[in-house]
Amino acid sequence: MTIPSRVIVDDVSIVLCGEAGKGIQTVERLLTPLLMSAGFNVFACKEYMSRVRGGSNSTEIRVSSQKKVAYVERIDILIPLDKDAIPHLANRISQSTVIFGSTKELASGLPIVDVPFDGIAAEVGGAIYANTVAIGLISGLLNVELSVVGKFLEKFFKSKPDEVVRKNIEAAKRGIDIALSFSGAGKIDVRVKPDERVKSDMLAGGAEMIAAGAIAAGCNFVAGYPMTPSTGILTFLSQHAGKFGIIAEQAEDEISAVNMALGAWYAGGRGFVCTAGGGFALMVESLSLAGMIESPLVISVGMRPAPATGLPTRTEQGDLEHALYSGHGEFPRIILAPSTVENCFELSKKAFDMAGKFQCPVIILSDQYLVDTIYNAVPFKFAGAGDNHVTMTAAGYRRYALTPDGISPRGIPAYGDGFVNVDSDEHDEDGHITESMDVRSAMVEKRLRKYEAIKKELIPPELIGASDYETLVIGWGSTFGVIKEALEIIADPRLAALHFTQVHPLHPDGAGYITRAKNRVIVENNATSQFGKLIKLSTGMEIENKILKYNGMPFSVEELVSGLREILAKGALK
Amino acid sequence: MNPKEYDVGDVDVAWCPGCGNFGILRIVKQALAELEIDPRRLVVVSGIGQAAKAPHYLKTNFFNGLHGRAVPAATAIKAVNPGLVVIVESGDGDMYGEGGNHFIHAIRRNPDITCLVHDNMVYGLTKGQASPTSQVGFKTPLQVAGVTEQPFNPMAVAVAMDASFVARAFVGDVSGTKEIIKKAITHKGFSLVDIFQPCVTFNKVNSYQWFKEHTYNLAPSHDPHDRLSAFQKAIENEKLPLGIFYVNENKRVFEDTLDAYQQDKTPLHQRTSNRSAVLSKLFS
Repeated sequence: MTIPSRVIVDDVSIVLCGEAGKGIQTVERLLTPLLMSAGFNVFACKEYMSRVRGGSNSTEIRVSSQKKVAYVERIDILIPLDKDAIPHLANRISQSTVIFGSTKELASGLPIVDVPFDGIAAEVGGAIYANTVAIGLISGLLNVELSVVGKFLEKFFKSKPDEVVRKNIEAAKRGIDIALSFSGAGKIDVRVKPDERVKSDMLAGGAEMIAAGAIAAGCNFVAGYPMTPSTGILTFLSQHAGKFGIIAEQAEDEISAVNMALGAWYAGGRGFVCTAGGGFALMVESLSLAGMIESPLVISVGMRPAPATGLPTRTEQGDLEHALYSGHGEFPRIILAPSTVENCFELSKKAFDMAGKFQCPVIILSDQYLVDTIYNAVPFKFAGAGDNHVTMTAAGYRRYALTPDGISPRGIPAYGDGFVNVDSDEHDEDGHITESMDVRSAMVEKRLRKYEAIKKELIPPELIGASDYETLVIGWGSTFGVIKEALEIIADPRLAALHFTQVHPLHPDGAGYITRAKNRVIVENNATSQFGKLIKLSTGMEIENKILKYNGMPFSVEELVSGLREILAKGALK
Repeated sequence: MNPKEYDVGDVDVAWCPGCGNFGILRIVKQALAELEIDPRRLVVVSGIGQAAKAPHYLKTNFFNGLHGRAVPAATAIKAVNPGLVVIVESGDGDMYGEGGNHFIHAIRRNPDITCLVHDNMVYGLTKGQASPTSQVGFKTPLQVAGVTEQPFNPMAVAVAMDASFVARAFVGDVSGTKEIIKKAITHKGFSLVDIFQPCVTFNKVNSYQWFKEHTYNLAPSHDPHDRLSAFQKAIENEKLPLGIFYVNENKRVFEDTLDAYQQDKTPLHQRTSNRSAVLSKLFS
């Protein structure tokens, strides 16, 4: 066997691929904290098929000296766990990709460094240890010592019998030994520098951070119907329900879930629903109900490619217009699109506060890519939101009292002497059905007046790069990481990016940044540039350059770099 | 307590003169007064339809939501504050048509709420189309040759699903209906009371007279804990039995199963807890 000669410096992209149920996720769950505990910056994202067993799923783990939090197409090290993995990733495998696996089993025309994971695992004690051999191999390539790996495995498997722990360590040792036999100068030379500070980081994932934000904000009621990619949020909240006094219920359908959440807010709880585009479509009548009864409501929508069932397990930013224009009638709403895993926490928390304060629905628009992204983050305080924005009522309380800012003090039943009456019909200040045209007009104006209060607390877009830019790259939500890294690579002082995390209502600063640019590029994970249309609506500016992707995968750093370079070159010719 | 405490005063009631809803409203007020339920801790939840307007004519808290969706809202209201008395007022279309899925799953979930279903076998608010409980052959502007679908049998479905409390009443029998409603409200768990009430405008078939002639009271010997005999009674269709068909007090009540109340019985809105420390620990 010839060992290829490769030098991989500062940033290594490791991909594991195999059929569903083969434990790729377990490897990710083990390897990411293990590498972080060894001081490496880690980033992981995954793509998977909509099936329980079989198919080909892959996880990318980027290990880097400097923190990198974006998907790259490039694969430096590939561990295919079965025969189908190599064809599945054919477009991403290049001559510089080092593939480890059993030459015999993979039967591929590509050069493979022969590591018979299953055979080694069998020697250790069974096929179940194959993944740990792979973990050892990767650890070895990154020069992580056996003692560090062993300590981690002991902790990870602490609830398992001693024999299991011992065999896992043995399997990892075998992996490390193999790695050492072909790593180093002239062979496979991976030079990523650990950073002492990373060891005290926390490993954070998008789904968990959306859930954590809700918890910090005082969410105490969640109802949902399982739907990729949002199930993880519901699962997290359910698993920690007792600890935080959260009622977590799997509803019979999304319509039930959202009406439960509205009932929860009405009775003084802080209700949350999490779903994807299709489930959100079912909730839409109730979104309108929230608008009418002026109930707070927080809905997390994890976007995935549609129409209809689409590509159920993949990613897209295709539901912005759905979130914005859904629901019959005219009523205020707020749409937040988290940009990073940390921002998932911040915005999820903020969503509850905004919903309570403005008594309107707030939609958190994430996507499969972001909710399934994990990386090491500097630990933050998880500080909670204080006020629950509820008033004790007095006799004669009027739920829809007309106020200058349109926001009526919100009472809840049995908290004070007043009665709390809410109605989906047009209603008077007491909440009773009315068909008075005068009252109707007053109530429409009252509800829409809340937009003025909302507009005082908008989240401004973030400028990445110098303010004397010529070309401005515009993005929203989960594309933050990839746009930022692409800009760092291009390193052109004339290039900056403007990133939005509140996509409705838009902060007025956005228009100023956009109109000031000589050239504009919009980057969106959808086919029709939905955010571009929104910008045109609010600024009148047509964004001339669009980089759009809608095949179900997130943008890679490479394709964004080349797309932007192309546009920059075009601009230079002008 | 005087039932008048539940009066809203001068209000334009949207029901037709002679509508069975008036009778149900009067009976509900009497039942609530006799049970001494403080209107401040009562929440009446409804969907859409003529029956669903009932909460507007009661001086208490109400949540008048969407068509068919009263039950999920009511379930959550009770769950978030178990100290509240939660009653759903709904019609046959609201509960068994648009809300059918929620009806079935609420029985499984078993929240401590009471569903009063005003059943007039017709759609009133949309002007006379068939409802899920309309009888075969019933002619309407939409079902011009008469209804062909079998009517939904809420008693049979509820008993089949081992619902916690299953009863049927007829508004023409004031004291009988009142007693059933009182028992339903005091019963801990999901209670269904299907209440026959004539729609004087759109259902000329199932009139007061018709209900009188086509119903009878379950014999005092009927044992509501005998599920098989309850089911037998539920599927009778020559003459329709009235009374408490079935009771199962042994089912776990939804609120009691919730993790949130295992250690702390305080309603959720009164709790203050520092969650950030626990969260930090979780992610450290």
